[in-house]
Amino acid sequence: MSETHAIRLRVNGEEVSRRVSPRQSLADFLRDDLGLTGTHLGCEHGVCGACTVRVDGGIMRSCLLLAVQLDGAEVETIEGLSESGAIADLQTAFHERNALQCGFCTAGMLITTAALLEANGAPSRAEIRDYLSGNYCRCTGYHAIVDAVEATARSRRQRQDR
Amino acid sequence: MSGPLSFLDRPAGYIGRSMPRANARRLLHGRGTFVDDIRLPRLAHAVFLRSPYAHARIVAIDTSDAARVDGVIRVVTAKDLAGLYTPWVGVLTHLKGMKSAPQHPLALDRARWQGEPVAAVVAEDRAVAEDALARIAVTWEELPAVTDMEGALAPGAAPIHPELGDNLAYQRSLDAGAVDAAFKAADLVIEDVFEFARHTGVCPETRAILADFNPGEGTLVVHHSSQVPHMMKEVILRHFSLAETQVRVICHDVGGSYGIKIHVYPDEMATIALGILLKRPVKFVADRLESFVSDIHAREHRVKGRIALDKFGEILAFEIDDLTGIGPFSTYPRSSAVEGNQVVNLMGAWYRAPNYRARLRVAFQTKPPTSQYRAVGHPIACAVTEGLVDQAARALAIDPAELRRRNLLADDAYPHTSPAGLIFEGLSHQRCLERMLEFARYDALRREQQDFRARGVHRGIGLACFIEITNPGPAFYGVGGAPISAQDGASLRLDPGGTVTCAVSVTEQGQGSETMVAQIAASVLGIPIERVRVVTGDTERTPYGGGTWASRGTGIAGEAVLQGAKALRANILVLAGAILQSAPATLDMSEGWVVDAVTGTQRMPLEEVSRAAYFRGDTLPPDVQPELLASRHYMPRDFPFAFTNGIQCCYVEVDTETGFVKLIKHWVVEDCGTVINPLLVEEQIRGGVVQGLGAALFEQCLYDAAGQLQNGTLADYLVPMAAEMPDIEIAHVTTRTSSSGLGAKGVGEAGTAGASAAVMNAINDALAPLGAKLTAQPFTPARVLRALGKV
Repeated sequence: MSETHAIRLRVNGEEVSRRVSPRQSLADFLRDDLGLTGTHLGCEHGVCGACTVRVDGGIMRSCLLLAVQLDGAEVETIEGLSESGAIADLQTAFHERNALQCGFCTAGMLITTAALLEANGAPSRAEIRDYLSGNYCRCTGYHAIVDAVEATARSRRQRQDR
Repeated sequence: MSGPLSFLDRPAGYIGRSMPRANARRLLHGRGTFVDDIRLPRLAHAVFLRSPYAHARIVAIDTSDAARVDGVIRVVTAKDLAGLYTPWVGVLTHLKGMKSAPQHPLALDRARWQGEPVAAVVAEDRAVAEDALARIAVTWEELPAVTDMEGALAPGAAPIHPELGDNLAYQRSLDAGAVDAAFKAADLVIEDVFEFARHTGVCPETRAILADFNPGEGTLVVHHSSQVPHMMKEVILRHFSLAETQVRVICHDVGGSYGIKIHVYPDEMATIALGILLKRPVKFVADRLESFVSDIHAREHRVKGRIALDKFGEILAFEIDDLTGIGPFSTYPRSSAVEGNQVVNLMGAWYRAPNYRARLRVAFQTKPPTSQYRAVGHPIACAVTEGLVDQAARALAIDPAELRRRNLLADDAYPHTSPAGLIFEGLSHQRCLERMLEFARYDALRREQQDFRARGVHRGIGLACFIEITNPGPAFYGVGGAPISAQDGASLRLDPGGTVTCAVSVTEQGQGSETMVAQIAASVLGIPIERVRVVTGDTERTPYGGGTWASRGTGIAGEAVLQGAKALRANILVLAGAILQSAPATLDMSEGWVVDAVTGTQRMPLEEVSRAAYFRGDTLPPDVQPELLASRHYMPRDFPFAFTNGIQCCYVEVDTETGFVKLIKHWVVEDCGTVINPLLVEEQIRGGVVQGLGAALFEQCLYDAAGQLQNGTLADYLVPMAAEMPDIEIAHVTTRTSSSGLGAKGVGEAGTAGASAAVMNAINDALAPLGAKLTAQPFTPARVLRALGKV
């Protein structure tokens, strides 16, 4: 397992060049090589959604991708999305509605629901619940998360109307 | 009411206000610190070889191949750890006759469940450690698995621990009132068997521990995903023969716990042993697959229940026979007998019936150990009680709400002692029931149900009343010899800038402990809440206390904070009085100022008081010694527990073709005494409800006859996800406890306690006209179709 491959990619807007083992997952690469520990590993088999990141604009499970596949890609994690302010209103809505408790699933929840709101500016509660069907939360019971996403969509629509 | 408003009622205070959690912000930005996020120099990674068999003799282990893998630091088996620790036995001495066997970090010569750790590899890299794990060769001699609870206790069954003689870990009998006479006199007796599937906590963050031993000073710092740092410190120093001064346990952010992270796990103890052995930091983070076979499980119960009523619907008696399987060891230090014990204690306790008999048998099996998981015993007692009550209502053709109305303990009947000996200070079952009927629009719901029925759609409404054990006192664990504190402490310090640092012994796993603490402290001290910094989760930086479990954080630690803040306030006013040359009694604190108590006129900002104390002592009168740190502790003494109560209502639709149950809506009316923060309380209830809904519909650890887990991945073990869950509406009734100044009780178990019973009753309400009935959880589509006779 000593063979490594060179990759070059953009992570949260910064160029990154590393040599990686072919078996290293993107999640482990982000956490262990780049110190971006906001991406969490909940199951490592693609079910819980805690490791969700954006790759070339789409939402992906970083535990199911290999770092070596990401050569040339554009990756955004919760740290980057937080610092750019891109999801600040969604984060505020989660905060005010207490749509997180332990916070372990939260990065995945935010990244997933941000993608939903880009695709659908006025999702129904059922649509929000459906979109989150791959994100596991054990603390909240989901109701507050649905509320926070609904509130964000509403305030974004109001801002557009003005 | 005359006199000044209490701290609870001040209009400018924070008690009773919905407030977001300040500490949630870092989590929203991906900047939390979970154990696996910690990187230390020379950090090594431990992984475990686990028994592939439910029961097997370990004939030989050959680690030589594994040890040769590049990057491997050490490979160990039980004999390599001998002498580093003392084994532990998970019995509580006050549970008479309880027995269990000594447990070790790694199995000695026999593995007793699939998943029990038997060897460990430590390497520089986790992936390398896992490579090496595959090269350990174990010679096994498989032994018969003991999976069935009845079989485990059958005469002649081979004992899992030969030295214990049999597989009965604990038994208890209780007989109160005149049970036989009541059943003889009854007009109606209903008897049924209720089954509960073994399930587990599935914390989003798996168990994680990092043991950092510094041989230079002989200190061990343990970073632990845990609810109980002080308890863990005591366990560690006892079993590794370390001095109290040598051990520090730190809990950073904890990614879900729900009771899973209050137990002593062999692999975690092995990690500590490895840290000491290797004299470098060693980390173990369970992966999801090993979590399913190594986290504690819970709730494997089969309960035969009986209820006796007269023809007017008066409940005369309850009787249960509970059989539960706990795996091969009673879990240390809380034991695995408490769940069954709580089933016996809680059964039927919210009804007036004075006659009650119970038998409990707790059996060893070769499955993972069980122990306390959120709402310990509650969902079982609730489902059996409320299931029997609903069956009785159906038999008597009395509406289930009306039958409850006739039998619930009256709101003016307190204090009350239940047949099992529980003492209730003050509950509100009747008010909660009436509130629920109005809140859920029960009558309209019944009409809607009939309309749907006419169209061939089978909807059902299920009610479940419950009580919840909160704020446990020292008679719960401490009396049984467990190093578990029933008291908590808070230490509050006024800092030079007029802010307050409050260190408290409870922990935060997202419930909002720290926010609750800040709300109480800020209210008493009359300061903006942003000026309170709360410190938790570190044995070296917080007062000694029990931690966060059994819904004790607000009721116990909250009271310590209340009393500590009052003490600090008194000290501040003494000092301010000396500076202002005013009697302290004429002063008050408000909005960060020392003010005139009567007029509210601002006299001096708080920071001037503290700066005078810390930097300008020269300006103070010579006899004044400022004391701007105050600590208080609190332990409930008036009652062994602060019971809370509530009721849940579930509305479902059952598809009789597919067997699928759709949760349409769920309501909860809950009485947890003083509500500090409605937002947090309601989210505790909602989260708890969904854990109960999971148990009712999805969750089960499926074992085959060989003791092999059949569904040990997150793809196969079904947890509640957003799409299947309903909106959950919550209302409050408030009965404060008079045993504390705060009057708060707990709320963490409430949702889980009653949810599965409400679902069961709703499903059976939907299916009753079709002659079908379900009493075995989870209520899967296959079971629904079987009940309907369709498969």
